[in-house]
Amino acid sequence: MSGVLHLVAHIGGCGVLFDTDRVASVVELDVATPTPGAGSAVIGLAAMRSKVATVLDVRRLLDLPPRVVSEGARIGHAVAAMVDGHLYAIAVDSLEDIGTFTIEAPPAGLGAPGDGKDSDAEAQPGWDFVSGVAGGSGETLIVLDIERLVERASAIA
Amino acid sequence: MDDLLQEFIAETRETLEALSGEIVGWEADPTDRARLDSIFRFVHTIKGSCGFLDLPRLARLSHSAEDALAAVRSGERAADQALVNAILAIIDRISEIVEAIDAGESLSDSGEELLIAALNPTAVTPNEAASEATPAHDVADRSPNVRGGKRSVRLSVDLLDRMMGGVSDMVLARNQLARHLRQNDDPKLEAMLERLSISVDDLRDSVTRSRMQRVEALFSVMPRLVRDAAASLNKSVSLVIEGGDVELDREMIELLRDPLVHLVRNAIDHGIEARSDRVLSGKPATGSLRVVARQAGNLIIIDIIDDGRGIDAAALAVKWAGSRPDRVAALATMDEEARLALIFEPGFSSRDEATELSGRGVGMDVVKANVEKAGGRISLVNRPGRGLTVSLEVPLTLAILHAVIVEAAGTRFAIPRQSVDEIVAVGQGAARIDRVGGQSAVAILRGQRLPMVTLTDLIGETRRTGTPYLAILSLREGQFALAIDAVLDTQELVVKPAAPAVMRAGIYAGQMLPDDGQPILLLDCAGIAARAGLSFERRRATIVETEVIEPLRALLFEDVDDERRLIVLPAVDRIEAVAAGAVRAAAGGLWLTVGDTSVPAWDGRGAVPRSITKVLRLSADGREIAYPIREPIEIIALPDEIIPAPANANGVVAGLAVIGGAPIELIDPLAIVEHATAPNERPLCLLHGADSDWMEAFLKPAIEQAGYRVIRRARPDQRPTIALAIEDDADTAPVPAIRLSRTRGQPIYRYDRAAVIAALRECCA
Repeated sequence: MSGVLHLVAHIGGCGVLFDTDRVASVVELDVATPTPGAGSAVIGLAAMRSKVATVLDVRRLLDLPPRVVSEGARIGHAVAAMVDGHLYAIAVDSLEDIGTFTIEAPPAGLGAPGDGKDSDAEAQPGWDFVSGVAGGSGETLIVLDIERLVERASAIA
Repeated sequence: MDDLLQEFIAETRETLEALSGEIVGWEADPTDRARLDSIFRFVHTIKGSCGFLDLPRLARLSHSAEDALAAVRSGERAADQALVNAILAIIDRISEIVEAIDAGESLSDSGEELLIAALNPTAVTPNEAASEATPAHDVADRSPNVRGGKRSVRLSVDLLDRMMGGVSDMVLARNQLARHLRQNDDPKLEAMLERLSISVDDLRDSVTRSRMQRVEALFSVMPRLVRDAAASLNKSVSLVIEGGDVELDREMIELLRDPLVHLVRNAIDHGIEARSDRVLSGKPATGSLRVVARQAGNLIIIDIIDDGRGIDAAALAVKWAGSRPDRVAALATMDEEARLALIFEPGFSSRDEATELSGRGVGMDVVKANVEKAGGRISLVNRPGRGLTVSLEVPLTLAILHAVIVEAAGTRFAIPRQSVDEIVAVGQGAARIDRVGGQSAVAILRGQRLPMVTLTDLIGETRRTGTPYLAILSLREGQFALAIDAVLDTQELVVKPAAPAVMRAGIYAGQMLPDDGQPILLLDCAGIAARAGLSFERRRATIVETEVIEPLRALLFEDVDDERRLIVLPAVDRIEAVAAGAVRAAAGGLWLTVGDTSVPAWDGRGAVPRSITKVLRLSADGREIAYPIREPIEIIALPDEIIPAPANANGVVAGLAVIGGAPIELIDPLAIVEHATAPNERPLCLLHGADSDWMEAFLKPAIEQAGYRVIRRARPDQRPTIALAIEDDADTAPVPAIRLSRTRGQPIYRYDRAAVIAALRECCA
């Protein structure tokens, strides 16, 4: 599991990698149409040319405080991918680079409860959307599995 | 029809191509059930399409192949090499005919009889017959460039989707460009842009049409199909089609075509009863079939609703048990719903004989498979004796809807135009909002109170802007008012499914992208009502209540003398089809014999006994009579005004009703039943005195014709109405007696039959 081309981005300050084979495009999004009642990870709908993407904020999954979406604010950078026939755009703070990384298996217990915060291990399956880790410039980058990520984000009420 | 034929040809060609592997495989292993099934489905589909495309030769070939394959599927017959060869020969022939149709050539039908005969298990040399009958070289020699009619090609859906996406991108780019150019104010540029704009719009239209089709396209064949199907079964069916203006994914339309045709045929064949059965069960003689397309939430639902006999789940289970003894145990634990679902089992048949129309009731498994292939599901609402509703639900993957764009809390939403009855401004005359308590409100529209949902509240926004508007939305269950902030415009837009995370809100049906490039969510009206906790009184219940006060109903029928007559419905036990010859003339009257019982039949209309095939069975006061008719017509409400009958010769007409401007005789059922009075119900005529044996021998028939039953001795419980005695008899009769004279010329001379009858009748009156 090495030498795969990955896209480097930051989400809420956390460095992440996306497998470029799974990314449809990287986009700069304008305002999203609100989707009241939808899951809280959904920021809204945005048009990517003639397609409509569901814009997701995945910070909560990474135990980070969610984005504050003020009205009329631009979404900015996002990573777009098709999952299950639907187009999703995962909002990121910034997109840095594309490069080849040596991916290692994620350390055991990453993101899993066990730090005393939550004892209900079955309800918290841990970060199964992290498929590996890699060393970046001065930080550890986590590799996000887009399918699992979207699935988990969609499940947030 | 041309389009349909082209599609049929293209589809058949494609299936044949795909099937060729299966055929070879089946030839190698005739016991392969999966391959057998796919070949069966092929001939079954061909047969179905041929029926309404009017291709009798193909229909005959495919029908006979289907019969043979059905026998194999049900295990009545083994798939031996001879059968395989015969089937393959037929499939080859089908392919030749299809090619010939496409080329606009005629193909001699010589040898087709042999092909069909070869399917017969007793055919001696099926191999020879088949090979002899296949003029393969004729076809091979045909010049390939002779093609008539409209040409068509098949494209992959992917390519079409890319085209649609590309055109939409172009439209958005054009709009942006137009916004920019308008600032420049250059008339020359503007004219160029205008030209570009028109061609882009044209292009979008044709690309959209290449991908989408109105549901109407599915329904256009229905009237003809229903007419032909009903005619071939001698049934009357009226068809109502609703909701044909929704545009759907062509792929979906094609996937739905066969199932729909099949279900409509089934409804006519198995659902809707024969005219006489319908009349008897109090239904209009003409069956009703409704095919309704509607959009509900993120589904397109097509309902096929008939008012026929529904499904007898118990009978279904019994039938199933008969054909699959291994499953009897499972049957016992099945509930009603599971039993109904048996009709979807492969190879299941609800009737014994195959009809031209829907074959052996097979195909429900095929229908289900096709619908599921389209990502949909099929459900049944059975109303035993009253009808069946089959609903096909397919996901709204792609559709064009007319939408009203509204605004709430600064966000635009779309509402399907179909659901919007009207939009009213609050406070301007017709509409008003009454607050009830702290939270709730009702809308009052022209004095009618409607439940109200405020869209801003529902989506969790609290701020309220300006005077809201009310969109009056109608669901199948009822109406409600949706308070919105503004109405923007109406647009025809492509709807696509929204992501699961968005759909979980429960109030959206899909997403749309208008030309300005800002997505809009399509609201699901039923979802909104459910989310807001609205419940509607069932409209249906009120209809049932009004039906309770019903006028007396009467059966209008065509009598054996070709006149139309009426009889009140409660007098009719049933309408019975009888075998020719079941009614015979005997003992001076007509008698209907069914099994080993005979009932008298009314002969007042000059019925020709052997030609009678339908009778009304009447009964009153425990007596029965059969009334021969030609055909029941319908059940109508008996008009209030009945003109009393003029003195009528045979006294069985109670009066005249005027229906459709013509006087129609209303039969008096009692008079008819009187006519056939069973002997023990007649007044008794006592033959009194020493000459009673003579009287019995000579006068009994005359007395009976006068309406009496003859006895020679009264039992203590019997009270004769009258007695007959010879005038010189010494004994006095216990009851008033008519004395008969032995002398010719005296009143009442005992051999004067007419006088005796007249005297008896007078006494009786």
